[in-house]
Amino acid sequence: MANGYQNVQEDVMAKAVKEGAIAGIIAFLMFLVFVGIETYQDINNQLVWRTRWGLLAVFVIVAAVGRFLTVGFIKPHLDKRKLAKAKTGILEVSEEKSFFHKHFLKIALVFLLCYPFLAMMIFGRQGSLKYVDNFGIQILIYVMLAWGLNIVVGLAGLLDLGYVAFYAVGAYSYALLSAHFGFSFWLLLPMAGILAALWGIILGFPVLRLRGDYLAIVTLAFGEIIRLVLINWTDVTRGTFGISGIAKATFFGIWSFDTGTANNFAKVWGLPASSVYYKMFLFYIILALCMLTAYVTIRLRRMPIGRAWEALREDEIACRSLGINTVATKLTAFATGAMFGGFAGSFFAARQGFVSPESFVFLESAVILAIVVLGGMGSLTGIAIAAVVMVGGTELLREMEFLKHVFGPDFTPELYRMLLFGLAMIIVMLFKPRGFVGTREPTAFLRTRKAVSGSFTKEGHG
Amino acid sequence: MATGTNTMTKDTILKVEHLSMKFGGLMAINDFSFEARRGEITALIGPNGAGKTTVFNCITGFYKPTMGMLTLKRSNNKEFLLERLRDFEINKVAGVSRTFQNIRLFSGLTVLENLLVAQHNVLMKASGFTILGLLGLPAYKNAAKAAIEKAEYWLEKADLTDRADDPAGDLSYGAQRRLEIARAMCTEPELLCLDEPAAGLNPKESLTLNALLRGIRDEGTSLLLIEHDMSVVMEISDHVVVLEYGQKISDGTPDHVKNDPKVIAAYLGVEDDEVEEIEEKLEEGTI
Repeated sequence: MANGYQNVQEDVMAKAVKEGAIAGIIAFLMFLVFVGIETYQDINNQLVWRTRWGLLAVFVIVAAVGRFLTVGFIKPHLDKRKLAKAKTGILEVSEEKSFFHKHFLKIALVFLLCYPFLAMMIFGRQGSLKYVDNFGIQILIYVMLAWGLNIVVGLAGLLDLGYVAFYAVGAYSYALLSAHFGFSFWLLLPMAGILAALWGIILGFPVLRLRGDYLAIVTLAFGEIIRLVLINWTDVTRGTFGISGIAKATFFGIWSFDTGTANNFAKVWGLPASSVYYKMFLFYIILALCMLTAYVTIRLRRMPIGRAWEALREDEIACRSLGINTVATKLTAFATGAMFGGFAGSFFAARQGFVSPESFVFLESAVILAIVVLGGMGSLTGIAIAAVVMVGGTELLREMEFLKHVFGPDFTPELYRMLLFGLAMIIVMLFKPRGFVGTREPTAFLRTRKAVSGSFTKEGHG
Repeated sequence: MATGTNTMTKDTILKVEHLSMKFGGLMAINDFSFEARRGEITALIGPNGAGKTTVFNCITGFYKPTMGMLTLKRSNNKEFLLERLRDFEINKVAGVSRTFQNIRLFSGLTVLENLLVAQHNVLMKASGFTILGLLGLPAYKNAAKAAIEKAEYWLEKADLTDRADDPAGDLSYGAQRRLEIARAMCTEPELLCLDEPAAGLNPKESLTLNALLRGIRDEGTSLLLIEHDMSVVMEISDHVVVLEYGQKISDGTPDHVKNDPKVIAAYLGVEDDEVEEIEEKLEEGTI
């Protein structure tokens, strides 16, 4: 028995050495040209090359040793633990959740409500600007956009690659109507939402017959059309110059955040002048808008229309056989999703004070869609986490100064953030192919509310 | 109607007249007519490729027939021309519900949710097309409660109450078939069309299915079914229509059809000229 065990262990070691060596060889071949050879310009501006054997060796050793350790030690250890657990006969899935897990949403909400004040306390008035604006508001805008897109992609299963168009419609509606008619933020916010919803319906009509890849391509084209119209209709949109000097949001008309006005917020309250109050105010507006989106989504899911959206994602033909008007159902999904995009757009315009077509490129649509997919289609919590990881992550990567110690002083982390970001996404999708939250909460239950495993839900075919 | 053939008797629920369906050069259905009577189980049988599912798809609006008239008469004497209705209206307005040969459930939704989706139109009205429901008015709450009660009733009938909160994709094959029927029934149809409901079921499941279908008929819903399993067809149907190569070859009670030489020939696959021989033999009583 003992002998046999030893044999097994020797086998494992032999296997680990072999696989480690193979990994080393593969790494050597792969990185030989990419890492081992470097091209640069010499003093005569000629392209010459030099070798970097040391760095190549590091890559090869990391690959070989990593594979050796994985096969030789980590995997047997994990297997042993799994076996031990199986022997106890207790299922791994436990019903008990930790306090943090159970009250995650409440804790997150309380944290968000305190966040601007916490940032101000820790980093001071000017120091907190970055945390409230770059992190807080930026992330929440994406949370709202992703939650809006979630209605179209996650619930109704209609792949929309042009969602940024509605964001643009919202932003430009705010910018233009505010400039020409001088309407206030609180009037323009719902108007921008309604206008974006109208565009959602306008987009919806021609694409209703399309499914899957075809739908994706037409929505992509729609997004580009809106952007090209914004660039080329210079009489109205001022083209690539964009529209600047957009009116700021006011505190329901009571206090203004413009410097020099009589009812300036800081002046009225006797506070030192700073732009941080406006940022904090914006933070709470976008937080409230996010909460509205979440509330409406949660309510709609429990209503017949929300169930019809999800049913449409699961099987459109069955929907028709049950007397559901699939055309109207798809249009409402497009319109509702677009409306939230419009809200977010008008908020964006008020926050930036400047809109230009540059802000509404395809990459934005791709990032929003990536957040929805990464978070787990249909799950609000998962999507919020994904937005924090993706948007916050890319912002954080701008400040990865410590990477300079690893890759030398020439290394500029900002340039690599999209690469690292893509890598991180691949890793997440490998381990969590259904996104952070892959399960689906049922909208009604008879006896017990059981989450539906992601393996049963479908992604929709358009 | 101009043709004058549209004299529907009181107990006719569905009348199919001169139905033809062409796919390119292929005549899938050729001048096919039959009637289904209210409160009966009508079976549509025929060899593989005879065009049964095509007939079904025409009746339930998934195909637009090349020619022909499909008249449905509801219990309030209102008549609908099915070929003129839009696909979803056939269920919503005319009260025709169907199941599919390859089961089409909302697999990621729970069993209960599947039955609630089927009550979409009733709930939609009760929720004031979502707007009133968003405000949380009691009218919608009551309707939602009633919908769950109705779902519970059909869960009980289909013997799925224990699985109500499980995803539909998690059910066994037989249970999925029953759920699909229960879901179709939740739309309160007057005519339920079943496309091979017994396919893939074991004999015991077949028996429960028979009981379920008879129960549905006895509650006043008429049934139209396509079936290969003769034990099911002969056991439960009141009226059998036989289709071969897109044409009707026999129509009558199960006993009549069972002894029809044309049907025997179609199922045993004999040549046309041998049909007469078989007919003679039948008369002599040698078969």
